[in-house]
Amino acid sequence: MASLKEIKSKISGVKKTKQITRAMNMVAASKLRGAQGAMDAFRPYAEKFAEVLGNIADKATDEISPLLIPREEVKNVHVVMLTSDRGLCGGFNTNLIEKTEDFVEALKGREINVTLSNFGKKGRDWARKEKLTIVDQYLDVVGAKFGFTIASTFGQKLIEGFLFGDYDEVHIVYSEFRSMANQIPIVKQLLPIVAIEQPDQAAAKAEDDVYRYLPEHICEPSATDLLNTMLPKSIFIQIFHALLETSTSEHAARMRAMDNATKACDDMIESLTLTYNKARQQSITMELMDIVGGAEALRG
Amino acid sequence: MAQQTIKLEIVTPEKYVISQDVKIVMAPGTLGEFGILPNHTPFLSSLETGKVHFRDLQDKEHVVFISGGFSEALPDRVTILAETAEMREKIDIDRAKAAYERAKERLASSDDSIDKERARASLMRAVARIKLVEQKD
Repeated sequence: MASLKEIKSKISGVKKTKQITRAMNMVAASKLRGAQGAMDAFRPYAEKFAEVLGNIADKATDEISPLLIPREEVKNVHVVMLTSDRGLCGGFNTNLIEKTEDFVEALKGREINVTLSNFGKKGRDWARKEKLTIVDQYLDVVGAKFGFTIASTFGQKLIEGFLFGDYDEVHIVYSEFRSMANQIPIVKQLLPIVAIEQPDQAAAKAEDDVYRYLPEHICEPSATDLLNTMLPKSIFIQIFHALLETSTSEHAARMRAMDNATKACDDMIESLTLTYNKARQQSITMELMDIVGGAEALRG
Repeated sequence: MAQQTIKLEIVTPEKYVISQDVKIVMAPGTLGEFGILPNHTPFLSSLETGKVHFRDLQDKEHVVFISGGFSEALPDRVTILAETAEMREKIDIDRAKAAYERAKERLASSDDSIDKERARASLMRAVARIKLVEQKD
């Protein structure tokens, strides 16, 4: 059995670890609130955008945007991979990496050339190890504070790559925040744009009778032109949304991981204290026996 | 019922900038500036980077600087979706000037650890803000 001193120093070590994990838990909790706030702030914009886009999508019939046309032959696929920069967040990054790996493997199986863009260090390190081509990498974005500009400048690059024929398809892998305990890795196609999601028009209109009898929107410039300026934006919105979801997921995952770690520290301290007490008791007993034995011997 | 006011909403991906009843809205459309009064017919337009003017219920005029957006007008409301939007009266000119100086310094320095891209973006923002406050209509 380890000496008393050793056990004692082990206990104080675990206590220090516990302080750190608890602090990290609290930091993650406050960042999570910030990330959820950003998601709430973004929702009205996204909803309104989807509504307007749905409204004009039907009207723009004379010319189809190239962003909507699927390529006949898919040779080059670009995958945007979102992970966090830092670890200590449970299976968060592993889940995202596994999802990407499966997806990339499937593409390679079809003899498709895959390139990557990475948000987050963990995914980038994985991609390097796998010797995948990394076109772009962004660190310090996921989990930090970021503005819409990052989504729009990056989105613009993707669109150019798609239009110039560098990529035949663009997909994004991100983590969707379902709840505190549940974050799911998701693969979504960004380009070509799959379908314009029609908002639930019936529900929106039943809410207010006034809108039912309105004439159609006048569009300026034409509906087609408007649609063409809105489609790239819808990509930026999807990227921004994915970034927000992933950041929120990261903080939630870290909070949970650190909560578990703090609990594990508690268990460990408890069992170490028990060992320590036992060892102390044993040494006292030994000493007593020594004294008693010595006294017996003296009495002769 | 014909209305006398129209609800103006300006939304960006990062925040809800304005949601209030107003008398008139003027916006920089791609095909020219337009004004919207209450009971406008449904109307969609993309917007240029520029200024949105509106008059509140006390007849006070306000200016909002927007970029990269479009608007939807309905009889009782106008929604402006913009990538950025900033109210002139909420801009802190001293802060903007300080940010301008700081960004310039950062761009000029040779330290590699400084994120130049970010410094450039913050310089552009500061310039836009200062211009917006200082120019007259």
